[in-house]
Amino acid sequence: MVVNAIAYGITVFLLLPTVLIVPMSFGSDQYLRFPPSGFTLHWYAAYFADADWIDATLFSVRIALLTALVATVVGTLVSIALVRGRLPLKPAFELLVVGPVIVPNIALAIAMFLVFDRLRLTGTTFGFVAAHTALAMPFVVFTILASLYRFDADLERAALSCGAGPLQAFALVTLPQITPGVISAALFAFIISFDEPVISFFISDLNHRSLPRKMFEDIDYNISPTLAAVASMLTGLTLLALLIGHFLKRNSVRP
Amino acid sequence: MIARPRSFLLGGHRYSPAVSLLLATPFLLMIALSFILPLAMLLRESLFVPSFSTANYQKVFDEPVYLRVMVRTLRISIVVTAVTLLLAYPLATLMARTRGLMLGLLLLSVLLPLWTSVLVRTYAWLVLLQRNGVLNDLLLGLGLIKTPMQMLRTDGAVVLAMSHVLLPFMVLPLYAALRVIPDDYVRAARMLGAGSLSVFRHVVLPLSLSGISAGCLMVFLMAMGFFVTPALIGGPQQMMLATLVQQQVTELLNWPFAGALVGVLLAFVLALVLLFNRVVRLDRFVGHA
Repeated sequence: MVVNAIAYGITVFLLLPTVLIVPMSFGSDQYLRFPPSGFTLHWYAAYFADADWIDATLFSVRIALLTALVATVVGTLVSIALVRGRLPLKPAFELLVVGPVIVPNIALAIAMFLVFDRLRLTGTTFGFVAAHTALAMPFVVFTILASLYRFDADLERAALSCGAGPLQAFALVTLPQITPGVISAALFAFIISFDEPVISFFISDLNHRSLPRKMFEDIDYNISPTLAAVASMLTGLTLLALLIGHFLKRNSVRP
Repeated sequence: MIARPRSFLLGGHRYSPAVSLLLATPFLLMIALSFILPLAMLLRESLFVPSFSTANYQKVFDEPVYLRVMVRTLRISIVVTAVTLLLAYPLATLMARTRGLMLGLLLLSVLLPLWTSVLVRTYAWLVLLQRNGVLNDLLLGLGLIKTPMQMLRTDGAVVLAMSHVLLPFMVLPLYAALRVIPDDYVRAARMLGAGSLSVFRHVVLPLSLSGISAGCLMVFLMAMGFFVTPALIGGPQQMMLATLVQQQVTELLNWPFAGALVGVLLAFVLALVLLFNRVVRLDRFVGHA
């Protein structure tokens, strides 16, 4: 019983800091207070009225959408090669897949900064998408591998023995079956890119900043309650994404 | 990676080596541009610019300033790993015993922070710990302190915020290990006269060792290279390796030395991963039954 009480306390510890920000973002003081005095949407309005915030947000949305698309396509292809292919040097490929999650982000970030600067890729959509795709790849591949393993491959064999070509069998039988996994992989890639602070910190330039980079600057220099509004909206979006992911998984598990 | 069900080997089309390589080509190109090439260039910078020398690596260990940062990074990472383990164990135990909607809510309380931006969580701690922040207000209101305490830019604040940010990475592997311990084992030990402590020490703890080591490895590795939270919560007295690297790059443009710092970090990380010889189980962070 004591252990359970401690455990519930720890869930409060996990959730409380971010949850407290939400009511505070509606407070009317210049400084964040708890409990907030008054109710205002001023800080949300300030966010939407500020071109810097909106530009950074739109830039991040664009990068995240492209990252989700590229990472999912590239990740699906390599997953199929890993599961169904006779891939030469397969252990080396598996190592490369988990590489970006084992190497600390700071190491990857300055390494990319070094190379992208020379290739004039800093501050470009291409540079950000290439960087974030590498970072999202381990999560994308693992999600798709899991759904490929869950899928009853005998169905594909049945299609093959009924006269479908390998491509036809994949497109008409396998792909529809693993679609929920592919969509949740895309969702993960989107969140990873959209929230990614470390690499963005280094490969942003003056005119092209991602949302996390803009947040980093604002946290460092002026803690205005506008940040609380941004933080609350981001927490809400994460919750939404988790619920969508949960819903997808539910639908993908079939008897 | 992910355990492959045996029945899987039966069905499905097998692609030839050539086709497999073709399928993996986009991945190879992408990983070459954003992973292999950058790391290779950075390490080249640390060893071969302007000509081959290990001077940059010697500097990391010879100069007390840098050695102090390394030791501090190691110390804070060890403390954070211990704190997250202590906090994660009871929560993972409860999750392993819970079913249904309640389990869903508990999982949500772990996954929501995990997938919420690190910046949002770090910002939340800044707001809580500032001089005129929530925690100081609370302590003043309760009469526990007379004047606001300096909480930011202390070791305690850095450890607290980092432990909070990294906690989900400890809970999930622990939960995965505890969930598969059959109830019968605990019941059998009880029937043979073991007390709660004895059951924990001789049954549950040994059987959850895989989860403990996976979680500790994950949290420790992430803590060693952690940038955002120590940079924003800590001051110069709490500077960790990642902030030192950033300073060398953005302020001093000293790429060879930054490369050497990263080289040391990479060697350390790779040694740990090889030592524990286990693949990081990513599937635990992306999907849950």
